[in-house]
Amino acid sequence: MTVRFRLDDDQRALREGMRRLLERRFDGEALRAAADGPARLDRALWRALGEAGFFALRLPEAAGGVGLGLPEAVLVFEEAGRALLPGPLVATHLAAGAVPGAATGATVVTAVDGSLVEWLEQADVVRGDAIGAVALRSLDPLTPLHRVPGGPAAAPDPVAALLTAAEQLGTAGRVCELAAQHARAREQFGRPIGAFQAVAHLCAGMLVRAETARAAVYAAAVTADPVDIAAARLLADEAAVRGARDCLQVHGGMGFTWESEVHLHLKRAWVRTQRTGGVTESEELLAADLSAGTA
Amino acid sequence: MDLSYTPEEEEFRARLREWLARTLPALPPRPSPADWPGRRAYDLGWQRRLYDAGYADVHWGASPTIRLIFLEETERAGAPYVGANFVGLLHAGPTIAAEGTDAQRDRWLPPILRGEEVWCQGFSEPDAGSDLAALRTRARRDGDDYVVTGAKIWTSHAEVADWCELLVRTDPAAPRHRGITWLAMPMDAPGITVRPLRTLAGSAEFAEVFLDEVRVPVGNRVGAENDGWRVTMVTLSFERGTAFAGEVVACRRVLAELAVEARRYGRWDDPALRRRLGRLNAEFRALWRLTQWNVSAAEASGGVPGVGGSVFKLRYSQARQELYDAAADVLGPDCLDLDRPWTLDRLSSLSYTIAAGTSQIQHSIIAERILGLPKGR
Repeated sequence: MTVRFRLDDDQRALREGMRRLLERRFDGEALRAAADGPARLDRALWRALGEAGFFALRLPEAAGGVGLGLPEAVLVFEEAGRALLPGPLVATHLAAGAVPGAATGATVVTAVDGSLVEWLEQADVVRGDAIGAVALRSLDPLTPLHRVPGGPAAAPDPVAALLTAAEQLGTAGRVCELAAQHARAREQFGRPIGAFQAVAHLCAGMLVRAETARAAVYAAAVTADPVDIAAARLLADEAAVRGARDCLQVHGGMGFTWESEVHLHLKRAWVRTQRTGGVTESEELLAADLSAGTA
Repeated sequence: MDLSYTPEEEEFRARLREWLARTLPALPPRPSPADWPGRRAYDLGWQRRLYDAGYADVHWGASPTIRLIFLEETERAGAPYVGANFVGLLHAGPTIAAEGTDAQRDRWLPPILRGEEVWCQGFSEPDAGSDLAALRTRARRDGDDYVVTGAKIWTSHAEVADWCELLVRTDPAAPRHRGITWLAMPMDAPGITVRPLRTLAGSAEFAEVFLDEVRVPVGNRVGAENDGWRVTMVTLSFERGTAFAGEVVACRRVLAELAVEARRYGRWDDPALRRRLGRLNAEFRALWRLTQWNVSAAEASGGVPGVGGSVFKLRYSQARQELYDAAADVLGPDCLDLDRPWTLDRLSSLSYTIAAGTSQIQHSIIAERILGLPKGR
């Protein structure tokens, strides 16, 4: 009929289902508890994700998968990003079908990514060469990190970059909501702070960045074109990091506390920006594309 | 999520492409920017050709997707812009189509579609810009006429327009949004004075229009007396829909040319500049996707452009300015030469964050209507 660049009913239902699962199994309280203790993967939750098809989503049905595509994968990763779900989600999803148990959530798979590897000690399988890995004291309490010595990074996997962009999009949307909620509720000078344009425009800017990134991420999921994916990653990284910072600013002093969840969004967004296929690589790829004259 | 087009849409695109390839070489040379009668004749002539080929009502009759394809293909082919037909096709015409009587539609719509009459817009006033509802141009009833006195500003094509879509205050005692009326004013009526306004780009793209006891027949009123604010909102929602789709295509072409120039100027080896152009590539790709996203949403909601238009308008106006700033960086001292095309484009880009709702107003619209923040001042 027409260009239908919007979610269909099945995609909407998939997104809702994932959101409900995460609200049930990993709510705000669970998030804060996880941030306070040593980083530990919730294996039961991991298997629940496996049962929901999170990891087997793109495997063909004949191979025991769900048989869906990148657009659907992007939607569930956006939800994971929104909920700040911990764990090597991208690596395990990419390992489905290649590493036994990954698809069902029985096996937790991580992967060396550039000079970093997330969740090394708690993963069952590591893809890539992690010899000589040294733990670092991770900025993000919910992402244990190791540094890996080694040569030049392998060429980034565009699908991994896209799924990271989807997680960043989830963060961008969530921090915008948190900021708007706070701006409606918090009163100073006798009115909600959201009535002040300086605050309102900060929130509006977050929404503009998130929605622009959304169009780029969803389109890249449809085309699977590496240049589209680089654009999506750039805009989603920016929407997540700047959004989380502005969210922190809108929350004022409370935003600077450990108790508020805002810092967790910012720290995770920063962790994701370090994954391969980040700013420099994306900008160079997009520049090369201009030079190739196909833009 | 689907970015593909239907066979009918692809057929529309193919036919249009073929027609453009055949028609554009036969067009007369473009008039100089200062030649207003020449510009009027050229723009109307283009609309007439569209009419004869069956594309005249693509801005209103067609689905948003067909409109998007039309804007994409005409821009790609380097076809003339809507120009002097802008207000008729994109403001006044859709308003009359939605709110006018049968007789009004018969009188005003066919000449717009056939490229015979030019419309201009009399909305803003010196003291009513972003705050349009503060407008004070007064219309008093006298028999079968309204007698209109006041001043309008930022009116494009006023010098060559046949009609003006005019907002006037008919009830000064009513709450400000409820005392406004929409009139079609003939531009040859006695009492109208047009004074061109020179923009910072040096050309006279706008005018001030002074109205001194101008008589407008009551039959030229569209909608009820004092209902003009609602009638106008119908018009403005059209403006924020797909109006800029062609320009995004044009910006992507400029960006590709910029990469070529950067090489020619020996600037491509500068990683900071190169990466800046790469980021602009991401920006305009995303803006094109956002256009498609908004068009799909409009189609799903029955053709009404939503607040997504504000998101697009904010981001696009900013990106356009960044594009021409990057162009200036590539050109170096040549960016000061007004004979370089990008120099004037850079100057013109400064209006984008102001015209059709400033960026500040757009932020407030998003904060209030999407995020549900309280109205502030």
